[in-house]
Order: sequence, then C-alpha cells, then structure tokens
Amino acid sequence: MDLLLSSIGIIARLDVVAALLIGSVGGVVIGAIPGVGPAIAIAILLPATFALEPIVGLTLLLGIYGSSMFGGAIPAVLINTPGTAANALTTYDGYPMTRRGEAPRALSLAYGASFCGGVISVVCLILLAPVLAKVAPMFGSREIFLAAMLGMVLVVIAHRGQNMAAGALLCFGIFLQTIGLEPVRYTQRFTFDQTWLTSGVNLIVVVLGLFALSQAFLLLIGDDQKTEMPEVKGGLFAGLREVFRYPKVVLPSAGFGTLMGIIPGVGEFTAQFMSYTLAQKTSKRPEMFGRGAPEGLIASEAANNAVPAAAMIPLLALGIPGEALTAMMLSVFYVHNVIPGPGLFKNQPDFILALYLCLLVLNVLALGFLIVATRPLLSVIRIPNRFLGMAILTLSFVGVYSLRNSATDCAIAAAFGLLGLVLKRLNLPVVPIILGMVLGGIMETKFRTSLPRIRSPLDWIDRPVAAAIFALIVLTLAFHAWSMVRRTRSKGKDGHG
Amino acid sequence: MDTSDTKRDISKLVEARHHRAEIIFGVASFAIALALLSQVGNQTTWADGEPWVKQPAFWPLVSIVGMTLFGALELFFSWRRNSTGRGDSIPAEVLFWTRAIEFALWFMAYVWAVPLAGYLPVTVVFCILLTLRLGYRGARPLLWAAVIGAATVVVFKSLLSVKIPGALWYDYLPDGLRNIMILYF
Repeated sequence: MDLLLSSIGIIARLDVVAALLIGSVGGVVIGAIPGVGPAIAIAILLPATFALEPIVGLTLLLGIYGSSMFGGAIPAVLINTPGTAANALTTYDGYPMTRRGEAPRALSLAYGASFCGGVISVVCLILLAPVLAKVAPMFGSREIFLAAMLGMVLVVIAHRGQNMAAGALLCFGIFLQTIGLEPVRYTQRFTFDQTWLTSGVNLIVVVLGLFALSQAFLLLIGDDQKTEMPEVKGGLFAGLREVFRYPKVVLPSAGFGTLMGIIPGVGEFTAQFMSYTLAQKTSKRPEMFGRGAPEGLIASEAANNAVPAAAMIPLLALGIPGEALTAMMLSVFYVHNVIPGPGLFKNQPDFILALYLCLLVLNVLALGFLIVATRPLLSVIRIPNRFLGMAILTLSFVGVYSLRNSATDCAIAAAFGLLGLVLKRLNLPVVPIILGMVLGGIMETKFRTSLPRIRSPLDWIDRPVAAAIFALIVLTLAFHAWSMVRRTRSKGKDGHG
Repeated sequence: MDTSDTKRDISKLVEARHHRAEIIFGVASFAIALALLSQVGNQTTWADGEPWVKQPAFWPLVSIVGMTLFGALELFFSWRRNSTGRGDSIPAEVLFWTRAIEFALWFMAYVWAVPLAGYLPVTVVFCILLTLRLGYRGARPLLWAAVIGAATVVVFKSLLSVKIPGALWYDYLPDGLRNIMILYF
C-alpha cells in the first residue's frame, strides 16, 4: 500500500499529468497520420525531454509510444492504410468492415481491443513486478552480456527473409558505437585523425537520421496521395461493448502481446501473427478472416497494444532495450544518471510502479480522446504527404541541432537520412543498426567487467541464469536453422511437384 | 487503395519483398567491411602484454568480421536472386535515391542559416520556400507553412527551452528585446 501511495505521489504532479495528456493525445494524432509514426515523433522529441525530469520525459515518450497504435487503427480501418507499421494487420478485417458500411463498429472494436490489450498488459506487468524484483538481481555482468547477445540473435532471426542484411546492419551498428575513444585505455578507434569522430557517433543523431530525416526525404520526393474518406456516422460505443463478447480472443491476444513484448527483438508483428492465427483457428467462422471478421480485428489490435508496456520490461529490469523505441528511451535514463537494470527494480520500485500507472492512465486518456475526437481527426489524415515531409524536415532540425548545436551532427544525420531512405526503399530494416549501437555498447562494457572472473569459456555459463540464457540462444539458433532447412526442402518439393 | 473483395492472405505480411537493387546494398556492405578490415591495424592501438580479448581492437574487429561475413552472404543471395529473376529496374531505383540529395542540401542550408539569421525567421522562411519548391501554390498552404514554422519555434524554443543559439544580428537589438529574442526565438 505504501508503495502504491508513493507511486501515486510521483505521478500526481502537474508536469507529469501534462506530459500524460500531451503524450497520449499527441500519440493518437501522430499514429493517425500515415507516414509519421511513433519512432519519428520520439526521435524528434528525445533531446527536448533531456531537460525534463526522468518521470516526466519518460511519461511523454511512453504516452506517444503507447497511444500511437490507437490512432494508427483509424486510417487502417477507413482507408486501408495503416497509421503505424503495427496496424498493418488491422487493415485485413477493418477495411472490409468499412466497405460493408460498418466503419463506426470497426473503429470502436479497434479502440476497445486496443484498450483491453493495453490494460491487460499493464495489469500483467504489475502482477509480475514482485517476481521481476526477485529475478533481476540474479543478473550480473555475464547474464546481461548473454541477454544482450540473445537480443541480437533474435533481432537477426526476427527479420525473416532478410537475415543476412539484418546481420550486416546489426554489426554495422556495433561498429558505429566503437568509433571514438575506447572506454578503458582511452585510445582512439577508427577516428581517421578526424577530431569530430573522437567523441564517437551519437546514437540520437543516427536515430534522427534513420527514422525522421529518411522519412522526410521519402515523403518529399514521393507524390501526394488522394484519399477518399468514408463517412463515420453513428456512435462509437456499440463496438466497445462488443469487444467484451470475445474474451477468448482478447485475453490470448493480450497475452501474446505481453509475452512477445518482453522478448527482445521480437515485437508487435509476431504477437499479432500468433493472435490472429489462434483467433482464426478457434473461430466459428474462420472463412470470414481477411474479409471483415471482428475477431481478426480484435486479435490484431489487442496484441499490438499489449506490446509497449511489456517492451519496457527488459529495459527496466536489465537495461536491455528490445526494439528501437525503448532503445531511444534508454538515453533518457542515461542523461539523468538513472541506470536501468536490476538495481532499479530493487531500489526504486515506486518509480517502476509509477511508470506502470502512467501506462494504465494513458490507455484511458487515449480511449476517451478517440471517442470524442475521431471525426475531427479524419482531417489530420488528409494532410498531403509532401507537406508532411516538409514539417518532419523542419522538426528534425530541432532534434539534431539542439543536442550540441553542431552542424557536423546535422550533416551526419542527413547522411544517415539518405542511408535510411535507401534501406526503406529496399524494404531492409533500420532497427538492427540502432539495436547494434545500443546492445553493442552494453555487451562491450559487460564483456570487459566479466573478464576478471573468467578462467575458461565454461565460466561464462557456470551460473544458472547464464546457463539458461545460453541454452535459449543455442535453442533459438537450432530452431531457426531447422526451420530454414524445412523451408528449403518444401520449396524443393514444390519445384519438383 | 485495395478495393477487391477477395480474402487477404496473412502470410503475405511476413514475406520479405526483395528489390533487385538490393545487390547494391550487398556490394556496398561487403566492400565497406573489407575496407574497414584492412584498417584495423592502423585505426586501433595495440596494448602490450594484454590478451587479445582485452585489446582495444577486439570489439571493432568482432563487428567488422560480422559485417564481412553477413555482407558476403547478402551479396551472394542478392546475386542469386537477381540471376534467377527479372523485375524492378536498378538504375531507376538509384535515380530515385539521388533525388533525395536535393532535400538533404535544403536541410543543410537551413542548418547553416539558423545561427546567422535566427531560428524564428529562418524556420518560417524555410517552410514557405520549401512549400513553394514542392509545388504548392495559393495563400492557404503558404499560410499553413508559416504557421508550422512559427509553431515549431514557439513549442520547442519558447516553451520547451531547447538549446538553439540566437542569431548574430540579435546583438544589435535593444537590450530588453535582445534578451527576449535570444531566450525565446
């Protein structure tokens, strides 16, 4: 009870409440605009949050992260264009419902499912917190090193059909973070006698280039797309109630979202895929999936919205971000000398609970905002792409330049913007670069601090948690190799058949 | 916009779509990795008496070896895909990429102009000029561009107090106004 009161005390402040409001409403709006997405917004806002207290800055960023998928469902349902990447599956059943004249029902089902997914995920995490508080201190340098390695393996494997490119980009990210002064002897690494490389390549500059500037360039050289917006007539409450008629879809979907969110490198889509497949298998009308099945829409939205809260777990408990957005949030902790990891769960449980409560509240705020503001939001979706590109380019300047007032940083960000554009055009992932930079730095530090206790390679896994993580790495790689062989064989059979 | 009534297959969302121009990425990543590998000796320092795992070069070497291996495999698979199938034009794709350079230059011009002429005036002018360059005409888009520019400055510099220095010419303003301009615009 004391813990709860202390946590409420942390968030019951005007600045935190303002951050919650701005984050949740801003996140919905950003999510509703196809071509923006939470990564760009968080990258741009990141330097501005450094001046704020950690709880205020994190609440703002979490608000955007957690509520963007609520907003992303609007264009997915109405115009068959996902607002964020995580809403792609929502188009499969949401848009056919709109074409049947059921737009308000589809929208409210999406909102209700998102709300349930988000709330169930937070409740799971609150219940899980005491367990995590006990498990987290079992993670020493070796365990964190191995957990980061597991995260890297999963990032590469999760990019199905692009494993080689993802691996090369991940290693490129690891290399980028080694540029500059190395942390033990302060000798220079790969600076090529350039003073601007001595301090290394800044993560936020790379993030802004790869996410924000690349998207601005992409929009600026593209064409404006004319979209015909269907009318949304009728109330949005009916679908909210209807969601509760599908507990066998909502609960497993939220569960998959929570589980996949906790595992580094996996993310929303795997959770959605599993939820959707299960919902289809257990449905009385599986033939309707992909043609406007409410269960399909619910599975997609409940799963994707359960991920943000869960994705905070590896970050808070181990200091290991599992995807790009939490990697960005890690820098908010570092700027304020708050080191996420086992110590945070042990020493500041009220801070952790306060973050969970914020996540809970932002779901309520996002839902409330959508119920009253869906119709006005439709005009935001109509903003021309190139005009949006101009706005993102202007905002990106604030993000990069305000870091160190350095034109060199801006030039580096522009270069990464061009790289990001090429990668996006080739359908190659940019996230491995970011995770390579963050996890690479963690791995190098933990590797060095582990070395004094290592006499033989087996010492790396002589503790139970370390051995378990190592076994997971081996199993993951073995399973991936087996599935690749199976896929190749089935392709061969198809070719001969 | 998809207007078909046919059922959509979820597996299509998981499938990786490969562009023929991916081979350029394969060549570039492999070549860069090899170039970096050749520089490991020059660009890192050898610490005498330390085992190789404690050498400053160890971690960069791990990443570069990884880049080389994955880069080589990416190159091989891209080449194999391209040799068995036809499709997207590589030169057209490269031409598309180069079109982005113009906007990277716009961005750098903006970066260069802000410390000279001031965040507020430069941002408003930048937004208007870029809107004109994009082909939007008429008072409405230009007004919106100016509003976006001004709002960006007000939100970030005036309200959130992000660190963006005042312009050189602000020094010539009267004391009170100069302070306001430096602090808020």
